[in-house]
Amino acid sequence: MSHATGRRVVFVGATRGMGRALSRRLVERGDRLCLLGRDAGELARAAADLGVRGASAPPTTVACDLSDPDTIEPALDAALADLGRLDVVVVTAGEFATQEALEAEPSRVSRLFDVNVRGVVLLCEGAKRRMLAMGGGALVVFTSVAGERGRASNVLYGATKAALSAYLEGLDHRHFRDGLRVLDVKPGFVRTSMTAGLREPPFAGEPEQVARDVERAMDRQRSVVFTPRAWGPVMSVVRGLPRAVMRRARF
Amino acid sequence: MTIQTTQPRLAGWGRQFRPARELTPESLLAPSRDAVLSRGLGRAYGDSALPPASRPVVLTTRRADHFVSFDAGTRELRAEAGVSLATINRLFLPRGYFLPVTPGTQHVTLGGAVAADVHGKNHHVDGGFGDHVTSLVVRVGDGRVITCTRERDADLFWATIGGMGLTGHVLEVGLTMRAVPSGVIDEELTRVDGLEAFQDALAVAATRHRYTVGWIDCLTRGASAGRGVLMAGDFSRAPGAPVPRARERVARLRFELPSWALGRATVRAFNEVHFRAFPRGTTRRSIGWEDFFYPLDRVDDWNLMYGSRGFTQYQCVLPERSARLGAARVMNVLTRRGGASFLCVIKDCGPEGRGMLSFPLKGISIALDLPLCDGTQALVDALNEEVIAHGGRIYLAKDSLTRREHFAQMEPRLAAFQEVRRKWDPRRTIRSAQSVRLMGDAP
Repeated sequence: MSHATGRRVVFVGATRGMGRALSRRLVERGDRLCLLGRDAGELARAAADLGVRGASAPPTTVACDLSDPDTIEPALDAALADLGRLDVVVVTAGEFATQEALEAEPSRVSRLFDVNVRGVVLLCEGAKRRMLAMGGGALVVFTSVAGERGRASNVLYGATKAALSAYLEGLDHRHFRDGLRVLDVKPGFVRTSMTAGLREPPFAGEPEQVARDVERAMDRQRSVVFTPRAWGPVMSVVRGLPRAVMRRARF
Repeated sequence: MTIQTTQPRLAGWGRQFRPARELTPESLLAPSRDAVLSRGLGRAYGDSALPPASRPVVLTTRRADHFVSFDAGTRELRAEAGVSLATINRLFLPRGYFLPVTPGTQHVTLGGAVAADVHGKNHHVDGGFGDHVTSLVVRVGDGRVITCTRERDADLFWATIGGMGLTGHVLEVGLTMRAVPSGVIDEELTRVDGLEAFQDALAVAATRHRYTVGWIDCLTRGASAGRGVLMAGDFSRAPGAPVPRARERVARLRFELPSWALGRATVRAFNEVHFRAFPRGTTRRSIGWEDFFYPLDRVDDWNLMYGSRGFTQYQCVLPERSARLGAARVMNVLTRRGGASFLCVIKDCGPEGRGMLSFPLKGISIALDLPLCDGTQALVDALNEEVIAHGGRIYLAKDSLTRREHFAQMEPRLAAFQEVRRKWDPRRTIRSAQSVRLMGDAP
C-alpha cells in the first residue's frame, strides 16, 4: 500500500491539532475521508476546509462520541455506507487532563478511561471487523510517549495510553497475517490546543511535523512511530531507567 | 506539569525584541473577544504586530487556518485569517489560480495581507491586495462580529484594508483569485545604469509587463549612482508550460551572523558581483514562480543575517509629480549618511487604493534594509523629512522608527481613519505598539 492514494479513510479527530494536520495531508494526496466526531459545527468547518484543500466535494461527517459506546457502531456503518469500503481508520481523538486536574476532580478519571480506552478500543474493534471482512486494511491510532513508562507527572493519562498501546500491539500480533496493518503513533510534546499553557519540554514539535512523520510511517507500513523523531531515542533511555531513578524524577 | 505564564520576548521581522507573548488558538472566535491585537506570521518588520506594553499578549492567527469555500466560477476564495499565502499558492497554482497580488514573501497570513494592504510587482496594473478583497469578517473593538463588504459597513471594510489591524481582529477574508496559464514566468532582466534611467525603464516595462520591480545598488556614487537590474515578467503562455511544485525544504539560517557580516564592505562586494552577474542590455529566461516572486524565501530566517542588533526596513512612496527629484534626494540622504542597505528595491506604483491608510500611491516606491546602529534613528528622521517635503509617505508594515510628528505630517488621512476606529471601538481596546508610537494610543 506504499504511497497509495484514493484510499477510503474514516477519520476520528480531524477537527483539531495533529488530526487536523494529518487529515489535510491525506486529502491533499487524494484520499477520500469520512469525518467522525461529536461537534457538528466543528466537523462541518473541518469538512469544508478539507473540501477546498482536496479540490473535491467536502468529506461527509458522521456524529460519533467516543464517550458514548452506543454511537460507535452506527457511526462506522454510516461511514462505510458513505465510503463504500474501508481502507484506513485513523483515530487521533482523545481526552487529556493533567495529573493535578484529575486528582482534583475524580469524576474526570472515569471519562478519561471511557474515551481513551473503552471508546477507542470499541471503535478499533468495529473497524477491524469490517476491514478484515474486506481482506484487510490499516488502523492508525494516536497513543502517546506518556504510555511508555508509568510516570509521576501523568499517572492516569499515561495509564490510558499504555493500555491502548498494549491493545494495538496485541492486535498487530493477532491479525498481521490477515492483512491488518496497525500503526501506533506515539507523539511527544506537540504544540496544540491540548497542550496550550503547559511548560514546553525539549523536542516540542508542531502538528504539521507529526503529520509528515505519520504519513511516512503509513507508507512504510511501520507498526510504531515516535514523533517528532527525537522522542524515539529519548524514550529508549526512559524505558531503561531504574525505578529508583523514576521515583525521584519529576517528569 | 506546570502552567507556563510567560513567554518573554516577541519581535517583528527586524528582530527588535520586547517583552510580550503569543496566544495561538485554533479558533479565533472566543479569544478575539478580549485580545488587544492580532498577529500573523510575524513578517511585519517593526512593531505593527506587537502589543502595547501594558497588555503584552497578542493573538496569533496562524493556527486558525481553515479554508471556508472556493467557487471556481467566480474565483472567490474564502478562508480564515491565519491561512498563509504559501498554502494558497501550494494548493491553487496546480489548479491554475494564483494570488491576485502578492508581496515579496509568501510567509504572511491572509489577515496580515489585509491589515497591511500588501502590494506586489503588479501594483501598476492590479492595485493592492485590498482591491481584490470581496468581504471581511471582523471582530470589532465593541465585541461584535461584523461581515463587511464594499457595500455593507464599507467604512469598516476600507479602514480595515491597510488599517494595520487597528480596526478589529480579521477573522475571515474573501478574495478573488487570478486564473493563470502556468507556473512559469517569462522574465526579462535589464541592466540599468542610473536612477533616472531606472524610472524611465520602469515606466516602459509597466506598459508591457504585468510584473515589474527593480534592484538598486545604493552604494555607488557619481555617474553610476542608482545602477541596478530591472526585472519584468509575465506568466508563460507557452503550451505545456509546467507548474513547478512548491519547495518542500529550504535552506535555513540557524544562528545569528556577527553584526559586521553585513557591513559596508561586504554589501559593496556583494553588489558588485551581483550587478556584474547580469550581462549588459536585456536577457530573457523562464523561471519558476517561487524564484520569481519569492527569492528571499529560499532561506528561512534570513533575518538572522543582521545579527543580534536587528534591522529595520525603510519603505517610502513618492508621488509622481515629485518622484524623480524625491527619489534622488532619498538616495542622496542614504549615501551621505553612510547607510549600507543590503537590499534596495524600487517599484512604480499605480493609483492609490481605497484603503484608508493603505501605503501605495501613484509614483515611485523605494525600500531599503537598514541594519540598526546608533545612527539609524537620525537616518530615518532625515529620510522622513525628505519624504514629507516631497509629499510622500511610509509603509507602516516596515516601520519601527518613525516619529509621531513625522507620521502626522505625511498622513493627512489619519483623522478620518481615527474617526472610523472611534465608531467601531469607542473604548480603543484594539491597539499595537506601533499605534502607541505613531497615533498616541494608550501604552
